[in-house]
Amino acid sequence: MTPLLSVEGITKRYGTHIGCADVSFDLYPGEVMGIVGESGSGKSTLLNCMAGHLAPDAGQVIFDSRTDGFRDTLTMSEPERRMLGRTDWAFVHQHARDGLRMGVSAGGNVGERLMAVGERHYGDIRDKATDWLGRVEIDASRLDDRPTTFSGGMQQRLQIARNLVTGPRLVFMDEPTGGLDVSVQARLLDLLRGLVRDMGLSAIIVTHDLAVVRLLADRLMVMKSGHVVEAGLTDQVLDDPQHAYSQLLVSSVLQV
Amino acid sequence: MIEYNFAYLDEQTKRMIRRAILKGLAIPGYQVPFASREMPMPYGWGTGGVQVSAAVLTPDDTFKVIDQGADDTTNAVSIRTFFERTAGVQTTTATQEATVIQTRHRIPEEPLNDGQILVYQVPIPEPLRFLEPRESETRKMHSLEEYGLMHVKLYEDISRHGHIATSYAYPVKVEGRYVMDPSPIPKFDNPKLGDMAAIQLFGAGREQRIYALPPYTQVTSLDFEDHPFEASKADHGCGMCAATDSYLDELIIDDTGGRMFVCSDTDYCEARQAAGHIGKDNGGKDAA
Amino acid sequence: MIELKNVSKTFTLHNQGSAVIEVINDVSFAVSAGECVALTGASGAGKSTLMRMIYGNYLTQAGEIRIGGVDMVQAEPREVIALRREVLGYVSQFLRVVPRVATLDVVAEPLRTLGVSADEAQERARGLLTRLNIPERLWSLSPTTFSGGEQQRVNIAQGFAHPYPAMLLDEPTASLDAANREVVLSLIEEAKTRGAAIIGIFHDEAARTRVCDREIDVGRFTPGLAA
Repeated sequence: MTPLLSVEGITKRYGTHIGCADVSFDLYPGEVMGIVGESGSGKSTLLNCMAGHLAPDAGQVIFDSRTDGFRDTLTMSEPERRMLGRTDWAFVHQHARDGLRMGVSAGGNVGERLMAVGERHYGDIRDKATDWLGRVEIDASRLDDRPTTFSGGMQQRLQIARNLVTGPRLVFMDEPTGGLDVSVQARLLDLLRGLVRDMGLSAIIVTHDLAVVRLLADRLMVMKSGHVVEAGLTDQVLDDPQHAYSQLLVSSVLQV
Repeated sequence: MIEYNFAYLDEQTKRMIRRAILKGLAIPGYQVPFASREMPMPYGWGTGGVQVSAAVLTPDDTFKVIDQGADDTTNAVSIRTFFERTAGVQTTTATQEATVIQTRHRIPEEPLNDGQILVYQVPIPEPLRFLEPRESETRKMHSLEEYGLMHVKLYEDISRHGHIATSYAYPVKVEGRYVMDPSPIPKFDNPKLGDMAAIQLFGAGREQRIYALPPYTQVTSLDFEDHPFEASKADHGCGMCAATDSYLDELIIDDTGGRMFVCSDTDYCEARQAAGHIGKDNGGKDAA
Repeated sequence: MIELKNVSKTFTLHNQGSAVIEVINDVSFAVSAGECVALTGASGAGKSTLMRMIYGNYLTQAGEIRIGGVDMVQAEPREVIALRREVLGYVSQFLRVVPRVATLDVVAEPLRTLGVSADEAQERARGLLTRLNIPERLWSLSPTTFSGGEQQRVNIAQGFAHPYPAMLLDEPTASLDAANREVVLSLIEEAKTRGAAIIGIFHDEAARTRVCDREIDVGRFTPGLAA
């Protein structure tokens, strides 16, 4: 099996400050990787570098694209990268309003990606949007409502539907459960777990919530001050952390 | 005539605008930025169209101005008078006789010929603006041909009204490349945009954009496979000239809800009446 | 099926003065298909630690742990995950689930991740839950609200849903009544019969005697205790 994504030596500096330094890993099809660390540890910088939102100072992000095989997405032309962002890739923002069009109905939000890749049959687009609302547990009667009338959890689920409707293979998630109620979080996590399993998705999830990665991630990277200090199987890193910082991070979680 | 340079604008400004027009003609549907000048009229009264007209007028031209199809509204009259005074050109209300026609929100019913120029006044040139407020982003969408968002607008229309309810400023795709706002003409006029013998120029003064359609350009109105584009109009004949193929205005004629439909193109309607076509509200038999 | 060679482990507690604790030193043994081996030793001898090392949950510093041809010590995370999905089952003492998932789906989950259809997986789950005396009215509820004994039985049902060729059992009969204890023991015996290699921790001596073929005293390998 070949990796879906090969990240090599990603480095991003903000002046003299290090955003992230020399990060490398391979992600295989169907794998979910979590990136944890405190605020400012460089996990979001890394995610944005990989997803093409930030230009790193050094490194490669090689992706096995459906259309032309292995490509370094950092040296791709912008139209190619944006096309990738609408087809093979998806990005789930922490704040749903960053990833949704708040002035457009739920159906239009889900349908946009379909229309962006050339679907021109209203009935088909609407059927797919309805199907996806169902998959993220939003009642079909809300299809024509705007996301402004949705709760936070529903908005987040709508964002996920909008991202997954074109059947991406790699999903980047930035604190997908941040800012949500604990009860809503559990539902979202269970939903994500089912979707990842059923669609065979690969995902990279940035979070500071260790419970989230324990449930969703197969593998874990722990970051501190821009460096990856430990990486491995999720339950192994959480239950038997080796690095001093990982031990501190795990032992700092309040037990309920 | 001694108070002004020919057609009001100085020659350097006209050269600048002509360069923008030529670029627009070379890239049909592409919005060319230009340094719009202050004109002696408020924004929204056609400052973009007036600057384009001023840049293309020659002393031999015959000039016509229509506002929603009519030659006799305040706006049409004042722009016509403006060029009579500043350029001394011939003016007319007859579509056939005009060489340059400045229009607000209509295309004349009479087919235009090569040698004629149609100048549109445009309030908002960016068709993507209502869904994407960032200029940097809409420019990128045009350059990368990312037009999914335009269909989102039509999708929203159908989901809310059961059909595409957009009835004016209906977006078109030009030569399979740029999505363009045809200015707020009724969608009834959209089919006339394509394959037209005349040159079509679009000027947006406040937004500082010029774009163009050279003669015989392919122009397609956007739609869905299962909701195809339809050039609709009121389902009546003209009350004055009995025409059934023209775009009609609805007029309320008394306080009891009485109404009549008449051609919005006054020149077309008057020519038909002069040729003996009489509508039912004009003493004739029921045209339908 | 399961083979340990010169396996050692230490814990380094960086946040407590970098104390280094040796827990397991130089363990070697093998368990073949159809065999059940009990780990014994006093509390703190490292039985659970060794079990977790075999499962890949704890990092092993030295040696080899071979399960079905894969060395858990050197394996990539994805290899470990594939092994856990298909080959190596683990019944821990605690049930860990997403709060709102129905019991039936919790038990069917291991089969679903193997690509078994939802109907087939649920059918198998129903059978196991019935055998383990979980009342049908609870199946649609999340097990998080169940009593300790019920949770333990759901955990066992989940652990036995897929016929793993290798299994690790951590106190599978703890906190069970006689009837359910009997069901669990027969599940273990059935697994042995179909050829599963099993390593278990049983405080219940009678159970140990009944299902286990051998005992390994982990205390022998524990540096502090052996001295």
